[in-house]
Amino acid sequence: MTTPDYRLIDSTLRDGSHAISHQYYAEDVVRIVKGLDAAGVQVIEIAHGDGLGGSSFNYGFSAVPEKELIARACEVTTNAKIACLLLPGIGLADDLREVNELGVSVARIAVHCTEADVTEQHIKVAKSLGMEAIGFLMMAHMNSPEGLVEQALLMQSYGADTIYIADSAGAMITEDVRRRVNALVEALEVPVGVHAHNNLAMAVSNSIAAYQEGARNLDGTSAGLGAGAGNCPTEILAAVSTKYGIETGVDPLALMDLAEEVVRPLMPRQQVIDPPGLILGYAGVYGSFLLHAERAAERYNVSQAEILLELGRRQAVGGQEDMIIDVALELARKHAEAEETQA
Amino acid sequence: MRCVILGSGNIGTDLMIKLLKGTDASGSGATPLELVALVGIDPDSDGLARAKSLGIDGPHEGPQWILDHADDIDMMFDATSAYVHARHYKEYEEANIVAVDLTPAARGPRVIAAVNLTEHLDSPNINMVTCGGQATTPMVFAINRAIDRLPYAEMVSTVASKSAGPGTRQNIDEFTKTTSMALREIGGAETSKAIIILNPAEPPIMMRNTVFAALPEGSDHDAVIESVFAMEKDVQQYVPGYRLKNPPVIEEGPFNTPGGVVPHRAVVLLEVKGAGDYLPPYAGNLDIMTAAAQRIGEAIAYHRADQKAGA
Repeated sequence: MTTPDYRLIDSTLRDGSHAISHQYYAEDVVRIVKGLDAAGVQVIEIAHGDGLGGSSFNYGFSAVPEKELIARACEVTTNAKIACLLLPGIGLADDLREVNELGVSVARIAVHCTEADVTEQHIKVAKSLGMEAIGFLMMAHMNSPEGLVEQALLMQSYGADTIYIADSAGAMITEDVRRRVNALVEALEVPVGVHAHNNLAMAVSNSIAAYQEGARNLDGTSAGLGAGAGNCPTEILAAVSTKYGIETGVDPLALMDLAEEVVRPLMPRQQVIDPPGLILGYAGVYGSFLLHAERAAERYNVSQAEILLELGRRQAVGGQEDMIIDVALELARKHAEAEETQA
Repeated sequence: MRCVILGSGNIGTDLMIKLLKGTDASGSGATPLELVALVGIDPDSDGLARAKSLGIDGPHEGPQWILDHADDIDMMFDATSAYVHARHYKEYEEANIVAVDLTPAARGPRVIAAVNLTEHLDSPNINMVTCGGQATTPMVFAINRAIDRLPYAEMVSTVASKSAGPGTRQNIDEFTKTTSMALREIGGAETSKAIIILNPAEPPIMMRNTVFAALPEGSDHDAVIESVFAMEKDVQQYVPGYRLKNPPVIEEGPFNTPGGVVPHRAVVLLEVKGAGDYLPPYAGNLDIMTAAAQRIGEAIAYHRADQKAGA
């Protein structure tokens, strides 16, 4: 097989975890890792959706401790490297040491796109363990190309081997991606990657555009399983890349089978762009808020769309899931007051 | 009691302004703390200039200045860094100077002003945990005292990016580990987790803290809520901008927590608005530290005075 033109990182077992409220079991992990590995995927990311240590009231408790799942993934993979994600402030450097012992060799250190200096400690720990360290700038639509370059240079100076920008709200149109990737590729010595979401139905085209601007790492999830309206579907990205003449090193048909036979049956609902999902992309709201907002809307009898829009107005960043309850309670109070005035 | 502040950055300068008001932390009486100096290392710092303009000595010789003047100093507030405190804390102790440590160095017993204020009054060194710990441990304690057992507690602290200094940023694990430990050791939770988020929004957001607590079967929900409201008042005695953003709520699960499956959780949504002394009001995370430091320093001063009177 020829050398792939970009490296594909599959995040079904990490970002996909949001869509199933972090209820993965060992047998799911084994089947998904085996399927991705056999299809030729080079890197498989696995962790709680909010990264190592994410199991919590705020983000949802994992059904099975993530380190048990990670250990299984490391056992069954043959060629694919196993990666994890860590958000400083949620997970600890000690978590990196533990998963490295289990066989995880790639550490993605994720942070809001303006706070790169928080990643120094964890990037350096990952490097000292001999891991590949990837800096992961989330909610990248909230920073300018120049601003992202500044942040990425910090991560590069800490020793990051690759820098990603993540469209965590699925809010970018192709032009936004092109300008950001172009600026990063120009300014950085290390390779650039893009993690796309599909809230505006742009995930695949944005990923291709990122490749054309010089990104050499792209993320996907099987069947698009993931936060918000879902991620860039790995099998579609592989198929579209092939049509563009871009070598992926993966077998699109094997990925399609995996999506259909293994991943889709796990999905509590199809990964479609319904109005709440579209609002995330339209208003630039963190994708993982979607299901939490749905539950809070039900609990307090308020509108999920109103919750999401208010979170956008407050400029909430990834990790502030507690603000969903805050917003729901305030909306409920306002509605009650409005009814009283009418009565 | 004669005291000095070490560290002329934001926190040290804010504490200076609080102490110079002359009133105690509750604002109801005169403070027993007499500020002798704000000690820095940079002669050109804004904090030292501010000290001099307010008629306070502002030397820039750092810890050595304190040791050189040990006979005239009873207490020091350390607003430097964990590194600096760890290097010098023994010298303060040998010089018979009580240290109230605002850094995460954790050399002395931990004190949360609203919970265990009077537990370590004779200790030569007091550690103040973290800003998030000062804000949330009282609520964990309040919930725990209203129920039989608290299997798991969690706090989420969101602070404005502008109010998170380089110390916090370079060692964010220290913040979460120390805070989590306080939720167990002082708050009374059996297991715990702490999370910190930085938010860069403009204008900067007020410090927000959320406490989640696992409520086992048979917990008295009304008692939990009543206890939380009572604690809000206790903290407000020395941090006027501390408030429940919404009334506490009890949500139905089940929740598969590290302390076991529980049927309900309590959610306490807090906001801390700073007093705006030196720091802007959004920096409630820094304000709650300086306010608690004053409270703790005064408690030690009253305790020493009582001992003298008794002797």
